[in-house]
Amino acid sequence: MSASGEAIVRLEAVARTYPGSVAALRGVDLTVARGELMAIVGPSGSGKSTMLNLMGTLDKATSGRAVIDGFDVASLRDGALSALRARRIGFVFQHFHLSPGVSALDNVADGLLYTGMSLRDRRAAAEAALVAVGLGHRLGHKPHQLSGGEKQRTAIARAVARQPLLLLADEPTGALDSRSGETVMQLLLSLHEAGTAVVVITHDRALASRFDRQVSMLDGRIVADERSVST
Amino acid sequence: MSVALRPARLNPLDVVRLAAYGLRARPLRVVLSAIGISIGIAAMVAVVGISTSSRAQLNHLLAALGTNLLTAEPGTSFFGEAATLPDASVAMVGHIPEVSAVSAVGQLADVNVYRNREIPEAQTGGMAVYAARLDLIETISAELAYGTWLNAATATYPTVVLGARAAARLGIGANTIGTQIWLGGQWFTVIGILAPASLAPELDYAALIGWPAAKAYLDFEGDITTLYLRTDPNAVEAVRDILAQTANPADPNEVDISRPSDALAAEAAADVAFTGLLLGLGAVALLIGGIGVANTMVISVLERRAEIGLRRSQGATRGHIRIQFFGEALLLSALGGGTGMALGAAVTAAYAALQGWPAVVPPWVLAGGTLATLAIGGIAGLYPAIRAARLAPTEALAA
Ligand SMILES: Nc1ncnc2c1ncn2[C@@H]1O[C@H](COP(=O)(O)OP(=O)(O)O)[C@@H](O)[C@H]1O
Ligand SMILES: [Mg+2]
Repeated sequence: MSASGEAIVRLEAVARTYPGSVAALRGVDLTVARGELMAIVGPSGSGKSTMLNLMGTLDKATSGRAVIDGFDVASLRDGALSALRARRIGFVFQHFHLSPGVSALDNVADGLLYTGMSLRDRRAAAEAALVAVGLGHRLGHKPHQLSGGEKQRTAIARAVARQPLLLLADEPTGALDSRSGETVMQLLLSLHEAGTAVVVITHDRALASRFDRQVSMLDGRIVADERSVST
Repeated sequence: MSVALRPARLNPLDVVRLAAYGLRARPLRVVLSAIGISIGIAAMVAVVGISTSSRAQLNHLLAALGTNLLTAEPGTSFFGEAATLPDASVAMVGHIPEVSAVSAVGQLADVNVYRNREIPEAQTGGMAVYAARLDLIETISAELAYGTWLNAATATYPTVVLGARAAARLGIGANTIGTQIWLGGQWFTVIGILAPASLAPELDYAALIGWPAAKAYLDFEGDITTLYLRTDPNAVEAVRDILAQTANPADPNEVDISRPSDALAAEAAADVAFTGLLLGLGAVALLIGGIGVANTMVISVLERRAEIGLRRSQGATRGHIRIQFFGEALLLSALGGGTGMALGAAVTAAYAALQGWPAVVPPWVLAGGTLATLAIGGIAGLYPAIRAARLAPTEALAA
């Protein structure tokens, strides 16, 4: 196991260039501590999603080093990377990505399919996670029967049901009205108490200011890395 | 750091659930693309089932009728004249130890049969008139459909038993037994109608009258045109070898000998050739069905990029994605194959019931159908599954 003292994410001079020489990241150094709350802000196209995907091991750096939970991503094969994601990383997307026609409970339980848990355990963990996000009364509802905020909370339940060390959310409130966005953001902030590092991309500076740490990006670089004075 | 990060194995039940989940989301498409395979498999099962049932029926028939019936006909003489066998040939053949029964008919040349005397003479209807020995019916295992067979008394009177087709042509049925028909310029009373005679189909078109009656009323001279004999089942070939010599010692080369059951057996064999053709057509349908499944799966992979990306983000390996889509193709194909086999068996059962045959679907066909179904699903699913697995997670999520 990785040393628990080590950072959950360590990016060292990471660059990512897409085919056609689009440089999405141009040398990023960033460390995310365990249990840390971090917001990433920056204009569209500044490389926020690219960096989040690298943290989540969905993508590999063109150069530099990405170390996640002590594992050097470049050295891992598909199976090991997938295992890393299955048990340690949770993703939340702007557009929820819920399966239509499948109940909230099964959407969440299905998200645990690749953890090696039995169907029973997956269902139990899913129910617990849905209760934790305040959707204990919506277990049997299909996505089309849920409001936007409830859909995103279901997606968050799906991400956290595996009890990840790292939760990555790419503009999770982008498709929501401000009220449901607020509920979702509060939920993400509360995960901190569970010891999960939470990294959230957001356009909303006001929302970002509620995180312990704000990283600003521009043109593939980190241009500011501020910490709120903790109260 | 040398900690092993091992991806979880999906248990088979989860793979089936995944495959079913994928199909359940698009039921119409599933039905449409399974139909091709379904039709192909149904066609093959039905074709094999029907031909097997028909062969079972023929074998049944052969077992019931026996394969030990031989016929001897005088053939034509060297000069092309229709020859006859001597009256004594019945007795001579009967003396062969392996021969258990002998009977004979003699065709009355130039004698025709009509429904009544108003019918023009040229309209013979292709029916022939025979003098028949009383033991004919047992020897050829024929059965009466209606009425009675000739007996020692009726054989001396102008009475007639009609073959199945002859009766139909003359318009005589169960209710008109006892009517008179115009035969060789005399009225003959119909006393019976034969069921179709599988071993002597020529008699289906015949009007059969008693041997003495033929002599008394129609100037029949007793010349035999066909000998029917039953042999010891183990000595059919041996009897065949000496039959010509025995039946017509004067001109053995003129005698034509045949074994009517051979024709039935040949029918079963001819069926096989026909079956081959239909099976080929079934295979084509199956191939098209396979292409349909592959097509459906390719489209499915394209449409479900976001789902693939999501699953990858949740820890699915390339292998997990591959097995999901591969399993889906197999399940799709299996649905088609399963309904196809049920359909083929139902068609076989219905057709056999209609024909009065025993319904037989050989197990090897079902095994073959299952194998073909899985092979087609596997081949059709391979490429889409590999494509799905190759998708980069970020690209899939961006879709
Ligand atoms: N798959 C890709 N292929 C090529 N270019 C890409 C791809 N993904 C992102 N980019 C480019 O990389 C840059 C950074 O993109 P992204 O990380 O999505 O920015 P953000 O999330 O901050 O809006 C953009 O210029 C974008 O056009
Ligand atoms: Mg983005």
